[in-house]
Amino acid sequence: MKRWMGKFKALMLFTFLAILLAGCGKENLTSLNPKGYGADITLDLILYITFIMIGVFVVVMVIYTIVLIRYREKKGQENEIPVQVEGNTKLEIVWTVIPIILVIIILVPTIYFTFDLADTSEASSSINIDVTGNQYWWHFEYQDEEVATSQDLYIPTGEKVYLNMISSDVIHSFWVPSISGKMDVNPENVNTMFIEAYEEGVYWGKCAELCGPSHSLMDFKVIAVSPEEYEQWITDMQNVDPEEVPDDAVAQEGQDLFQNNCMGCHALGSAPSGVGPNLTNFGDRTHFVGYLEPTKENLVKWITDPESIKPGNLMTGTYDVTEEEADKIAEYLMQLQPSEITPESAGGLID
Amino acid sequence: MSTTTQKRSLGTVIWDYMTTVDHKKVGVLYLLFGGIFFLMAGLQALIIRTQLMTPENDFVSAGLYNELITMHGTNMLFLAAMPLFFGLMNYVMPLQIGARDLAFPFLNGLGVWLFIFGGLLMNSSWFFGGAPDAGWTNYAPLSVQSPGHGINFYVLGLQLAGAGTIMTGINFIATIVLMRGPGMTYMRMPLFTWTTLVTSILILFAFPAFTIALFLMQFDRMFDSAFFDIALGGNSVIWQHLFWIMGHPEVYILVLPAFGIFSEVIPTFSKKRLFGYTAMVFATFLIAFLGFMVWAHHMFTVGLGPVANALFAIGTMAIAVPTGIKIFNWLLTMWGGSIKITTPMLYALGFIPSFTIGGMTGVMLGSTVADYQFHDTYFVVAHFHYVIIGGSVFGILAAVHYWWPLMFNRMLSEKLGKLEFWLFFSGFHLTFFIQHFLGLMGMPRRYWVFLENQELDLGNLISTLGSYLMGLAVIVLLINVVTSYFKGPAPRDPWDGRSLEWSVPNPTPYYNFKYTPLTRGLDPLWIEKMEGDGKIKPAEPLHDIHMPHGSILPFLISLGFTIASFGFIYQLDGPHGRILIYIGMAFAIGCMIVRSLKDDYGYNIPKEELEKEDD
Repeated sequence: MKRWMGKFKALMLFTFLAILLAGCGKENLTSLNPKGYGADITLDLILYITFIMIGVFVVVMVIYTIVLIRYREKKGQENEIPVQVEGNTKLEIVWTVIPIILVIIILVPTIYFTFDLADTSEASSSINIDVTGNQYWWHFEYQDEEVATSQDLYIPTGEKVYLNMISSDVIHSFWVPSISGKMDVNPENVNTMFIEAYEEGVYWGKCAELCGPSHSLMDFKVIAVSPEEYEQWITDMQNVDPEEVPDDAVAQEGQDLFQNNCMGCHALGSAPSGVGPNLTNFGDRTHFVGYLEPTKENLVKWITDPESIKPGNLMTGTYDVTEEEADKIAEYLMQLQPSEITPESAGGLID
Repeated sequence: MSTTTQKRSLGTVIWDYMTTVDHKKVGVLYLLFGGIFFLMAGLQALIIRTQLMTPENDFVSAGLYNELITMHGTNMLFLAAMPLFFGLMNYVMPLQIGARDLAFPFLNGLGVWLFIFGGLLMNSSWFFGGAPDAGWTNYAPLSVQSPGHGINFYVLGLQLAGAGTIMTGINFIATIVLMRGPGMTYMRMPLFTWTTLVTSILILFAFPAFTIALFLMQFDRMFDSAFFDIALGGNSVIWQHLFWIMGHPEVYILVLPAFGIFSEVIPTFSKKRLFGYTAMVFATFLIAFLGFMVWAHHMFTVGLGPVANALFAIGTMAIAVPTGIKIFNWLLTMWGGSIKITTPMLYALGFIPSFTIGGMTGVMLGSTVADYQFHDTYFVVAHFHYVIIGGSVFGILAAVHYWWPLMFNRMLSEKLGKLEFWLFFSGFHLTFFIQHFLGLMGMPRRYWVFLENQELDLGNLISTLGSYLMGLAVIVLLINVVTSYFKGPAPRDPWDGRSLEWSVPNPTPYYNFKYTPLTRGLDPLWIEKMEGDGKIKPAEPLHDIHMPHGSILPFLISLGFTIASFGFIYQLDGPHGRILIYIGMAFAIGCMIVRSLKDDYGYNIPKEELEKEDD
């Protein structure tokens, strides 16, 4: 089936359309420049249907234009009465049958790939990651490896990674446009989908189901690294000592403050999902809070006044720290860089 | 705008409308309040677009933004588009089939007042602590957990308006089945009447599902039940099913009447009968039937599994076939005709390419796999605005210009009308075409802000500028409406019409037809123009005409339910709310008892009086 689509792709206009669209939008965010299996198939299908649809549109518009040019009422014709035609059975059969054929042509690959993308038979022999959607952040737990992290999802390139997704509160939707289509993250059942990134990169992820005031700020990233780098990252993450004391004095104070004020909700290491995000590799995050530049200034602002950064978040008002203390906590958190594998290993964010 | 020529005080006019059971005045009420809600929802849309003009804008706050999108959607679909169609149907459909009123005039009054009070109730939420904020789809559990009273206003407001909608739907069905004039067989009915019938059938089957969903939501929010509470064994996906079992037919409820309108406008201004009338009727039925089979295509990403997804994809795409039949039939109606470009015809001509695009993106969305990318992005936003604006709103605007002389005895200015069309048409495409690409470029819908440096800036700016053009077009329409009032009365049958509604004198007499009209075929007025003297033949000699009395009870019953609704909402804050429930319910039920026990046989207009009137 895939090969057959490939042949179709060879059609000039089709290729032209694909190249034209690939320039649309930000690389690693747009679905028009696919970097993974799901997005690739989907774009092929989208272009295939678009191609047929443009054909239909052209036919409609040709008739429409002819009608408008030829059959406008002309001066002096105001009192002429056109022939009152009831219909034309042959014509009507033609424009019933042709759409039916077109619909079937569209349905065949649609149904094939619907089943293809829902196939989870290889899940048990692949990497499985438990994804939990929360207002307004994402938690990722690597089942077999006993590794946990939040917001930045590390995956190896070139293989299918299975995501078992559930929500802890309301419905979210997991969407990484340049790698794959989306799937809802429901609170009542685990939805499984797989993603496969073709090449290394930091890919933008978005929540696609209205989940509250900060729905539009629930960004996350998928960081696709080479399989070797992925292994390295897993090992580094497994070897994290959450109690490890940082070297400089400010960060040490920050650690104390963090343990006294924040550990009720946040977790370090492979501890199970808490109320708040797992911060094991916080210092490596591509963004803070999902969308802010990873600077200390932003982090302090987030700690001291979360409501202004993510309206409706659950952190506001649960602790009491001064700006000075927040500064120390930030210093500590930014030093949490347990692995040599960082977003930079995947080429970093494209700006 | 009144049907009598003598001057009357404003108070009398208002009282007249509050107590009316006349289908024409009820129609005007629907148009008036539908229009008000349309303007409000349009204003909300402009605020939304202004917020999205630049990246990371803070024109409105995140919470307010969610309230705005919810109210925009809910107002537009339930309180603007649908009532505007109801207004047109109410006024025109009985005239098209040669009836003197709807089958149940009192029920008609009750329907319109329930809609008005329901709409006002929901919109009053702005003044009582905040509007609903979970989107017009109101998905659980977000809606169940939403703090404040916003969602409670959504639930009760739509419950009241929905009750009115179901009543009016039943009323239309009964009228069309039972009250067609002599000779008006089913297959001679104008297409607008046909689509009114099919739309009403859709309402009758679709809305009860929503009524149930709203009750479940009300119980969950007010009486601690757990239909949607997962922790207690509930299921939130049930809401989505119930919502879309109503929500998808709702799309056809909104677009079929527009199809009907264009099937009137295009033949009239092409001077040619509708091409393939029989096929058009059956295509309407087929669309309606299939419309019930496809609700889960709104839920492809929910995780229903590939079998369900594939089946719903097949159903969805099947709808393209009857819709295509309609498009080609309209084109062939114009083919060989003598096309006169008037404002209503311009809207019909604008509708064909716009709706074709909307239909094609519909097929694209129906392809399950492609939908994994499209779903809940601006692609979907673009698609449904192409269908709802390119279909329904163009239809409403065409109809307003087309039937305005019939309804208000004034002509709208063609010059202003054409200006309005071009502003609206270009603004519409500017706003929404680019959104297809925004969606594919990674912009999900219902986003309060989009981030800087994601190459979404230009598209959003263009979209916002387009929306302002549409706003301008609506202002032109309002100027047109206001200035038309000061012009002289409209001529009778100004468009050289084909169906019965154009055979009545201007302004429409309150009894509609002096003689019961005889229909001799499809396009009865056209037949008389071609083969007779251009006048509809009376089916029987002049009789006394039996008319219903007006009544204030529909208004009072609706008022009672509204008071009770406030009680239901405020009993959450303390026992004093319960008093309001008792008062409101007692009042409403009391009015119903009065209505049931009091005999009202109506009155007769004597034959002698009718003889004095024009034909």
